[in-house]
Amino acid sequence: MPIRSDEIEGYFRREYGRCVAALVRFLGDIDIAEEAVQEAFAVAVDRWPVTGLPPNPGAWITTTARNRAIDQLRREASRHDRHAQAALLYGHEHPPEEVGKVRDDRLRLIFTCCHPALARTAQVALTLRLLGGLETPQIARAFLVPEATMAQRIVRAKKKIKAAAIPYRVPGDAELPDRLAGVLAVLYLVFNEGHTATGGDSLLRLNLCDEAIRLARVLAELMPDEPEVLGLLALLLLTHSRSGARTAPGQPLVLLPDQDRSLWDQALIAEGQDLVRRCLRRNQPGPYQIQAAIAAVHSAAPTAAQTDWRQILMLYDQLMASAPTAVVALNRAVALAQVEGPQAGLAAMEDLDLASYHPFHVAKAALLRELGRSAEAARAYDAALALTANAAERDFLDQRKRELG
Amino acid sequence: MKQYLLAVHMVEGEEQPSEDEMQQAYKDVDALNAQIQAEGAWVFAGGLHPPETATVVRIRDGEVVTTDGPFAEAKEQLGGFWVIKATDLDEALAWAAKATRACRGPVEVRPFQDDAED
Repeated sequence: MPIRSDEIEGYFRREYGRCVAALVRFLGDIDIAEEAVQEAFAVAVDRWPVTGLPPNPGAWITTTARNRAIDQLRREASRHDRHAQAALLYGHEHPPEEVGKVRDDRLRLIFTCCHPALARTAQVALTLRLLGGLETPQIARAFLVPEATMAQRIVRAKKKIKAAAIPYRVPGDAELPDRLAGVLAVLYLVFNEGHTATGGDSLLRLNLCDEAIRLARVLAELMPDEPEVLGLLALLLLTHSRSGARTAPGQPLVLLPDQDRSLWDQALIAEGQDLVRRCLRRNQPGPYQIQAAIAAVHSAAPTAAQTDWRQILMLYDQLMASAPTAVVALNRAVALAQVEGPQAGLAAMEDLDLASYHPFHVAKAALLRELGRSAEAARAYDAALALTANAAERDFLDQRKRELG
Repeated sequence: MKQYLLAVHMVEGEEQPSEDEMQQAYKDVDALNAQIQAEGAWVFAGGLHPPETATVVRIRDGEVVTTDGPFAEAKEQLGGFWVIKATDLDEALAWAAKATRACRGPVEVRPFQDDAED
């Protein structure tokens, strides 16, 4: 069966994380592992069009990469490189990898990439690079960072992993909740960066949403007993289900109540809602599960007017109990306004310390508008405009302000 | 095994703990030192006199020059340190967590360039 080079490219992206993770375990070194996997893909590009696709492409690449790395280390071992010799020994002792172990390797790698000793920006970059198989220039473009800066960020993080001996393992039970929260935060950040672009090319950014969902799926598959992992995946799917309705011709940003719900992706909604139900049955609620449940209530409403705001308010109360942040309090106030009226919502926003958070001013403006307090509403839109650089959001705010008359 | 420096940083101008609090800190550090030794992670440790007692020696124009005072005019100065053996950073961070509780100051963890002999 002939195979095209773009198909090989597809395998590269899908299998990269798995292969690098397995090789890091064999070799104990991320750089050597990456180099070996890249070489193996180069061999695949040469060979697969002739030989056809091997029965298990991922395993083929891992084995080829490992053999290449062993050859290379054997050549270098004459330099009495302790590390190289250790890896050689290790490589010999281990029989060809089994699939189960390889799966665990990806889990180890994600905990290494998201280790709290690394800065959050480095965690994100490493996760996308090593597990997502994205190239450094792609990551740089997605985060609007110069390529050299992103490259340096990745190099530094890898150096720290090596020099400080950041372990390559899934944390023990005592540390797991904290460390898992860090991993989930990284995936959520990647998704949000794609979802609410802070600027730049929206097309490129959509890839970040897909990537975050892909990695969340991997994590859910590897840790099916962690309800917060399922909760995050559900939240991402339900949020992403609306992406097609968030823009419309001439409308760069369409808010939830105004969206054409026929554009929502029903397959993603069904999958997300099913995950939410699975979480609820476990009865170990956490912030991601509750946020997913809120998204599920929205997605269950055929029209905005039919939204079960009482249910949403209850969920926000629950979220306030486990994650009492000002942003959660703001969202709760928006739900409260729907249940008890704009005056109640506005009162609940009164004491929130969110002057530098533009959605705060947008939410306040909407309630002031409803109450006919146009001058105050206009001031709130101005405050929001002063805080956002995103062109789509600016257009939207300008339009809203003009509607005040 | 790797070796890590756990450096205790003292911030100038910060409120000094009470005498009782200091006495308790000394006791806690002694207890921690005993635990580090008992678990075989001990290399070396010590508290330092304040930065006013420091002297800097350097080469200037090929000559050794000796000057009074700490090297950096910083608000944060090294107050003491541990050198420990650990298998990886997580193990070192677990000791650092105990260390910051015992000594009541922030602890910076830095890996040594060479691995320990055992």
